[in-house]
Amino acid sequence: MEKTPSVILEAGRADRQYWHDLWRYRELFVFLAWRDLSVRYKQTAVGVAWALVRPFITMVVFSLFGALTNTDTGGAPRAIMTFTAILPWTLFSSAMSESAGSLLGNSNLISKVYFPRLILPATSLMVCLVDFLISLGFLGVLMVWYQYWPTWRVLTLPLFTLSALLSSIAVGLWMASLTVKYRDFRVVVPFILQFGTFVSPIAFLSSIIPEKWRLLYSLNPMVGVIDGFRWAVLGQSVEFYWPGLILSVLLSIGLLWTGIWYFRRTEKTFADVI
Amino acid sequence: MSESAIQVDNLSKRYTIYHKKDGNGLRHILNDVLTAPFRIAKSVFSKNAEIESSSQSTEDFWALKDVSFDIAQGDVVGVVGRNGAGKSTLLKVLSRITEPTSGRIRMNGRVASLLEVGTGFHPELSGRDNIFLNGAILGMSRAEIRRKFDDIVAFSEIEKFIDTPVKRYSSGMYVRLAFAVAAHLEPEILIIDEVLAVGDAQFQRKCLGKMNEVSKGGRTILFVSHSMSAIAQLCRSGLFFQRGQLVHQGPIAEIVGRYLTSGTDPGENRGLAVNVEELRKRKKLFFHSAAIRTAAGTGSVDLDVREPFDIELVYEVPGSLTRIELSIRIMNTDGRPVFTTLQSECSPAAVEEVKQGLYSTSVTVPGMLLMPGNYVVHIAAHEPMGELFDVHESVVSFTVHDTGTVFAIYNSYGSIGTVMQTLPWRQRQLLELPGTAPVPAANPPGRAA
Repeated sequence: MEKTPSVILEAGRADRQYWHDLWRYRELFVFLAWRDLSVRYKQTAVGVAWALVRPFITMVVFSLFGALTNTDTGGAPRAIMTFTAILPWTLFSSAMSESAGSLLGNSNLISKVYFPRLILPATSLMVCLVDFLISLGFLGVLMVWYQYWPTWRVLTLPLFTLSALLSSIAVGLWMASLTVKYRDFRVVVPFILQFGTFVSPIAFLSSIIPEKWRLLYSLNPMVGVIDGFRWAVLGQSVEFYWPGLILSVLLSIGLLWTGIWYFRRTEKTFADVI
Repeated sequence: MSESAIQVDNLSKRYTIYHKKDGNGLRHILNDVLTAPFRIAKSVFSKNAEIESSSQSTEDFWALKDVSFDIAQGDVVGVVGRNGAGKSTLLKVLSRITEPTSGRIRMNGRVASLLEVGTGFHPELSGRDNIFLNGAILGMSRAEIRRKFDDIVAFSEIEKFIDTPVKRYSSGMYVRLAFAVAAHLEPEILIIDEVLAVGDAQFQRKCLGKMNEVSKGGRTILFVSHSMSAIAQLCRSGLFFQRGQLVHQGPIAEIVGRYLTSGTDPGENRGLAVNVEELRKRKKLFFHSAAIRTAAGTGSVDLDVREPFDIELVYEVPGSLTRIELSIRIMNTDGRPVFTTLQSECSPAAVEEVKQGLYSTSVTVPGMLLMPGNYVVHIAAHEPMGELFDVHESVVSFTVHDTGTVFAIYNSYGSIGTVMQTLPWRQRQLLELPGTAPVPAANPPGRAA
């Protein structure tokens, strides 16, 4: 780390070197992400397989549910159709809840050492991203099994993944900084996620939503992302609703921007309040 | 040397304390629930993000008030003060953990702070992994940690267990590893909170030695401790805080002296009950005064090591009370209790039932018990295993002077013991050995004779 010739601390002064500091502390970011990763499945019998077991079981349940109610799959195997939605949804829900709880979970660090606190929620994303990549591998296995070949569109997956991460950090930041002060949000987060599992188009295609409600439906930022995943993987059988994705992304950017604003504003008092 | 490392100007830190108002009724709860979303929304958008519910009132508390000082580069400064004097808040502000309410701090050089030993240690990770993690948290780069890794492991003396998860470590090993990492920090300014209070004595000495080494390297150290012996050993100058204010800055000997006698009227303290009328309403028992009494009179501070003395307490019981336990604790300058004496030990009847009234009670401390040195007295009254009625720390202080004990010829009493004891030594001669004949080493003495 390079030398800092002098530090000036003043009341009410917005820390001008904040973003510079964030860069300076990048190694801490790496170490914390590495810590969370190496600890995640320590002393579990199944280990990393947990990253697969959860989405797999969810897929089975939702597929059965879909098969019983006989919802439209757009011609794709039901397992793949469900799993392409479960992938981004699991990424979103774990990244969001992990980043929301990241400050409380590291309260010992917050009250004892200085570093840009933004590192903590960002670290949680990394762990969930690794889990996501493992499940993505499983999607590949599934596609081979069903002999279901993707088109060039599969190359756009990173973009949709990014957009899922964007939404999760946006909501996560808000929840994290609010939880520091109001523990109420510890109850709110699981509720949002539970609710989201059913209103997001996981067991069904979002095309079953009547056309005039689709824009409204896309206020759920995960709708655009899930549709995007399906468009990229299922290809030919799904038509894409662009206004929805644009709305979802804009909404996420707005949430992220205000989330950072609120986070930065309350960050200085985290150690006093937590 | 003349350039300053830390410059603090008019530093203040305010905390807001929330009190719960009376009223826990359903109406209040409902009201709180219904207004909560609005309160949260208000706090998100209002400038000074305070939450206020209708059932709470707030009060300002200044943990630091208008503190200004200057610390020269390379100085080793001890920060002393009683609990709540603002020391920890000062360190937190300097370490950038919390923001000052007003004022300005300028620090020249890289700052590392050590407010806790082993911050961020993860129990599931091995010692090796934790060295890297903890080092990164304290601000070391990966390259720096890798370079010092072997030194750190050697310093911690746990080579064998370096790949064991730290949750399997004994608490001593844990502390040693944590401190070893911290000891290898190389900042220009090092801020240390009471971290030496852990670990065994030998390791503490090693740490003090290491820190001494560090300070000789021209580094500026700010060190908070309640252990006056550690402060006196390590620091050259000191800052003395009282109730959030810096009351004195000067050479360490002077600061330690002031600290030891502060807040205590030496020998006698009559000011324990400040607002008697209010205390009568609020407390079941409270102290009026505490005093040291010797043959020479009341309120002496300078005691003869050979003479016994009395500690006298005056307390009031506003209404009748059953079962009272009074206790007196003598503390030495290291902040360690020498002993605690309970009234029930010798007069159980006196504590069974106490009618309303004013009482005086005293206890005699025998001569030739306390080592020469400085002491303070804590007093407390409580229900046995129950409610605490009243407690005062450091009510009086006194000094025990050596007036010719056998120890007077040795320099340091601290290494001799906490108390003296005159114990019955017995000795007898087992055998008279032949003066010149060397005793064959292989044989037991009995056969040689």
